[in-house]
Amino acid sequence: MVKDQEFLKSKASYCLDLAKKMGATDASVTVGHSISETVNFRNKSLEASDRSDGLALSIETYLGKRRSSISSSNLLDENIKTLIEKCFETTKITPEDEFNSLPDKNLLAKQISSLNLYDETRFENDKKIKYLKDLEESASSNNQIINTESSFTENKSNFILANSDGFCDGYKTSSFTTSCVTVAKDENSMERDYEFSSKRHLSDIKQAIDLGNKAAKQTIRKLSPKKIGSEKISIIFDKRISKGMLSVFASAISASAIARGTSFLKDKIGEQVFADSINVIDKPDIIKGMGSQNFDAEGVNSNTLQLIENGILKNYLVDTYNGKKLNLQSNGRSGGTTNLYFEKGNISHEDLMKKNSRSLYITETIGHGSNLVTGDYSVGATGFWLKTENLNILLMK
Amino acid sequence: MSNFFNKSDLTRQDADKIVSETLNNCDDGELYLEESKSESIVLDDNKIKSSNYSSDLGFGFRAISNEVVAYSYSNEISKDSLKNSSENLKSTLKSIKGTYNHEIPKSNKKFYEDINPIEQKSLDSKLEVLNKVNDFLRKKDGSVKQVTASFAGEQKSIEIIRSGGEALTDVRPLIRFNVSVMLEKNGRKETGVYGIGGRQSYDDYLKNDNWKNVCEEAFRIASVNLDSKPAPAGEMKVVLGPGWPAILIHEAIGHGLEGDFNRKKTSAFHDLMGQKVASEGVTIVDDGTIDNRRGSLTIDDEGTPTERTVLIENGILKNFMQDRHNARLMKTRSTGSGRRENYRHIVLPRMRNTMMLSGNQTQDEMIKSVDKGIFAVSFGGGQVDITSGKFVFNCTEAYEINNGKIGSPIKGATLIGDGPSILKEVSMVGNDMMLDPGIGTCGKAGQGVPVGVAQPSILIDKMTVGGTKL
Repeated sequence: MVKDQEFLKSKASYCLDLAKKMGATDASVTVGHSISETVNFRNKSLEASDRSDGLALSIETYLGKRRSSISSSNLLDENIKTLIEKCFETTKITPEDEFNSLPDKNLLAKQISSLNLYDETRFENDKKIKYLKDLEESASSNNQIINTESSFTENKSNFILANSDGFCDGYKTSSFTTSCVTVAKDENSMERDYEFSSKRHLSDIKQAIDLGNKAAKQTIRKLSPKKIGSEKISIIFDKRISKGMLSVFASAISASAIARGTSFLKDKIGEQVFADSINVIDKPDIIKGMGSQNFDAEGVNSNTLQLIENGILKNYLVDTYNGKKLNLQSNGRSGGTTNLYFEKGNISHEDLMKKNSRSLYITETIGHGSNLVTGDYSVGATGFWLKTENLNILLMK
Repeated sequence: MSNFFNKSDLTRQDADKIVSETLNNCDDGELYLEESKSESIVLDDNKIKSSNYSSDLGFGFRAISNEVVAYSYSNEISKDSLKNSSENLKSTLKSIKGTYNHEIPKSNKKFYEDINPIEQKSLDSKLEVLNKVNDFLRKKDGSVKQVTASFAGEQKSIEIIRSGGEALTDVRPLIRFNVSVMLEKNGRKETGVYGIGGRQSYDDYLKNDNWKNVCEEAFRIASVNLDSKPAPAGEMKVVLGPGWPAILIHEAIGHGLEGDFNRKKTSAFHDLMGQKVASEGVTIVDDGTIDNRRGSLTIDDEGTPTERTVLIENGILKNFMQDRHNARLMKTRSTGSGRRENYRHIVLPRMRNTMMLSGNQTQDEMIKSVDKGIFAVSFGGGQVDITSGKFVFNCTEAYEINNGKIGSPIKGATLIGDGPSILKEVSMVGNDMMLDPGIGTCGKAGQGVPVGVAQPSILIDKMTVGGTKL
């Protein structure tokens, strides 16, 4: 069982009391506990099981405008005491930084509404095994599939965030994640693709058979790829690409990159940075959302942010420290984005695919080709020529 | 050396008993205990931005029978906690019986000292170096707009307890010093990054004001990029410089030669053992035994002493890299390549220091032989799809080659290739093999481990370059 709030609260207040007693002017502490169980399958039989049980503690101590931090997985009181002593000693000799401070009290989250992020259902390993059996059975039903690997992970977590301004809150979350990677082979090639499902509640997880089918289908269609020549061409990005693109965008509008002047989106608030049909939203209060949160990593209330409105950049992602540097109020994004998405437009997937006589449909990219300073983007890509034949790999930029 | 048995009610005798009883009917497995201490100090934007110290303690208990691996970890080292893990392993393996393999090779060789680099240099003197770096770079040139400098240090102590009570230990120091600088000129911004490190004390790397060389190199890379022009696109010849560019070999070839992918037949190399996979003159080894290198290990995370494993010899595929589990299933021996990020993770076959050895040509000869191509000196990140063999690399410093001469620097070039065929396109191997400066971290299955790479200059006859200039 994941540790309860009382246990975590008692550890958190022990840390805060100790830090104060040693002379810290302020302190904040996060204590968390997480239990995960994973079952892995390969080619329709059990390959591995993995159980993890982990406690984690992190503390920041302040002496005026001096700050330093420690983290540990060892929650024995004796160890905590040694670490806080070390932390405070370090704080004393760390130079002052005028922007160091706890978050403004009036920004701290006050009312915690239930976002339904915890499902207490236990999905025993035997049931995970049954699920993965069905999944791989369906994934390997086509004889072009020569290898299947799948896994099911169940996680339960709990945490408490507390600071010396009196903030003390936290909540339980759960997640259930299953994925399947398939390898297909024909006389010309060997290709890999995948499908996954990740939810807060067990009952929302995709059916095993559907998931296996989809992974297989997506892999088989990649077989016998061809290399294409160099040219400029319109590209349709599959939904799967959005995660990579949005995470680069999120890094580029983080207050830390803006404050350091190392982002190509610095000073671009109010300017057109996307086509005017594009809206990007970060919404922390989606019920059962995988990225949902009641407050950020500093306890600051987080509201929905319209980041891009009709192509125009509206907001940065602001935490306390970098906000003070930029003269902006924290908008509860210490720790990054929550549920970040491109809002849907008004053209159907089908019509989009038919829009151009010739275009490239990209389903996967590889490489780390984003440069936040210059805004350059260059990655390897796999996809399809629309309407003609299956093609593979080349650049896009 | 950590004593893991003075922290709770768990005695060594208890641990031995629980381990032996749990692994009795298994093919392999061990109890892995780990204590790590690490620090990170960052100067950024003219200030000490963060100073963090972290201590971590825990165990991972593994049991293997046939093809099934059961694993359980906890950061509570106690009798109850270990017993819980034991029950968990037994329940996974309840219907599969094995015979424990007690054999494990031994060696007295050590490739680094038992030091704690964090304690060997005071916080004050670390802060002083970081401030010097900041002042030096900002005074150096008006185009310097941002400086980040950091120290990262770690000491990791491990103990492996096998069935029957055999215990193996190692203490692993690791440090890294990094400088990143951003320049702005005529409205253009570019960054340059350089770092050094390995398994010695900070001062071993910083003596003779070596931090200045690190600054100069970061500054030089950023300056070169300020004058860069758009990269050409298409298939062309590519000369790779010595040292760090070997990260391309690591991604394109190395991962495909790890035992697990070949046992599972998902690597493009799985049926090529003994065959010609590279041009003659290409020899690649994976070596865990070079003194004080970032990728070196005295013993791997299963307790096997590391070695120098020949992967490709004169173009012929000779060996895969193996941990005990994959070696047993493939009926071969472990090459001391079993590694894990920490006690939270299972062991996988991984690279250590992956090196292409020197040939006898010069970089000059290579450049002169190219009419139109690219000279790639340094790379950022790369990624590979093991199954299709396709890989992608982003150049952080590269130049055009025109008519046998190095031309303008180019920006944002991406190199795209195919693992199994790239080595067959190597037409010249330089005589200038160089080790990387000690900065690599390899990611696999969500686990990062420190690695090294090395290579001489090489000429690749045909590679796809992703650029914007058509």
